[in-house]
Amino acid sequence: MFSTPIFAPNFETGMVFRNIKRLLVAVLCTFLFTFSNIAIAQHEGEMHADSTTKEAAEGDFNVTETILEHIKDDHSWHLWGHTSIALPVILYSDKGLEVFSSEHLVNEHHEPVVYTGNYSYKLFEGKIKVANADGTLNEESSKNVWDFSITKNVASLFVSIFIILLIFLTVGAAYKKRGVTSAPKGLQSFMEPIVLFVRDEVAKPNIGHKYARYMPFLLTIFFLILTNNFLGLIPFFPGGANVSGNIAFTMTLAVFVFVIVNLNANKSYWEHIFWMPGMHWSMKVFLAPIELIGVFTKPISLMIRLFANITAGHILVLSLICLIFIFKTVFASVIAVPFAVFIGLIELLVAFLQAYIFTMLSAMYIGMATEEHHHEDAHH
Amino acid sequence: MLLEINPLVLPDIGLVFWNTVAFVVLFFVLRAFAWKPIIKAIDEREQGITDALATADKAKAEMAQLKNENEALLTKAREERAVMIKEAKETADKMINDAKDKAKSEYERIVADAQQAILQQKNAALTDVKNQVGKLVIEVSEKVLRRELANKTEQETYINQLAEIVKMN
Repeated sequence: MFSTPIFAPNFETGMVFRNIKRLLVAVLCTFLFTFSNIAIAQHEGEMHADSTTKEAAEGDFNVTETILEHIKDDHSWHLWGHTSIALPVILYSDKGLEVFSSEHLVNEHHEPVVYTGNYSYKLFEGKIKVANADGTLNEESSKNVWDFSITKNVASLFVSIFIILLIFLTVGAAYKKRGVTSAPKGLQSFMEPIVLFVRDEVAKPNIGHKYARYMPFLLTIFFLILTNNFLGLIPFFPGGANVSGNIAFTMTLAVFVFVIVNLNANKSYWEHIFWMPGMHWSMKVFLAPIELIGVFTKPISLMIRLFANITAGHILVLSLICLIFIFKTVFASVIAVPFAVFIGLIELLVAFLQAYIFTMLSAMYIGMATEEHHHEDAHH
Repeated sequence: MLLEINPLVLPDIGLVFWNTVAFVVLFFVLRAFAWKPIIKAIDEREQGITDALATADKAKAEMAQLKNENEALLTKAREERAVMIKEAKETADKMINDAKDKAKSEYERIVADAQQAILQQKNAALTDVKNQVGKLVIEVSEKVLRRELANKTEQETYINQLAEIVKMN
């Protein structure tokens, strides 16, 4: 049991304790999530109602909308002022595939207009939906349309991948060219400690001697998350998108982890889930569903952790900047900007930390699934 | 709607799709052209360093062993030299002593032989002298007897003369 050294001396109690804790966490998460969603939704509804009336009345500044707009995905990439890059829209519906520029979806005042393709498309809260003849949302037809557009997040993801490829293909070539006898140089020497960090601090302690097999996967997710975290901190092009704070991004990575963990899991791992060894049969029956839930909560926790941390950071920075607009005085910046800088610095740390935590926990889950148990040794 | 989901926690199919594609491509490209060469190079370098250290240690141990062996050889050689010198000395001493002994015995033998020879020759000479004396006495007696009637003085002179001749011989 080297992956859980804390419980090693008292294996059984440790296991039970961990399972109970896991159950509690799962239940709490479910509750929290359900209620927070309702709360946020209701709150937003209120805010929305408030803001629309207020905006109409005195052209007030809506903080929630502004922040959410920055955090959410978009079909165009805002550069400065009224300039933005129109990104391609790719839609797949029952009437076939269609590609057009997102500039057709807005007029010169950046207000959503109807574009007629296979359906009449219009942006509703930044998402492409099918509109009725009178410009209202047609939910029935919208369900037929699948949006595969190159959105701001997708474009930013491609930028990050381009950067990663640029860096690591250069570094990889440097190793090939310079050979193993010479010391690393330049970019190579900057990246080598990070690669070694992932190997020695993440892969080796959590996976054990089979670590080499999983190194490419761990390195890829580590640098993909890290690059996107950093890009997300840059407030303007080519940053500015919130890729690693997007649930779709974290979900995809979590699914990859889930697949890799469960594809590589050995017999002992499944035995520990469905028929916990060394327990009374009634306890085994009791533990099986809890352990089964654990299989799914692990990647779900990965997904939520990264999403929530990055999104929270962005909201915090934006909220501080928004203070200036709330107080409607430039003097608010005296407080807001230093705080935003401070939070920005913390976000730099968080950017690295979250990439590390995601990779480390992935490695730990892989380690737990591929671990060889020696019960007889552990008990006696 | 009670359970309306915040759009923030609602994944878009578009990003999921592109992210999956992008991740798979990124993973395979990096694995082939970055991670494998990098990890291989790092492992090889680490292996190289470990090997070099091991070789250095081994060489050091070998050097130490060689030094020990050399010292042992030197000591042995010194001992052998001492033994050889001692033996040579002994041999030389023995040879000298032997030679001395032999020389001494030879000398004694030669001396003994010489003495014996001298003795023999002396005896022989004595015998010869005795014989000569006898002969001479006989000859003198014969001459004396032949000249007996002449005078006595003449006789005595003659005897003295003869005696003188014998003496001279």
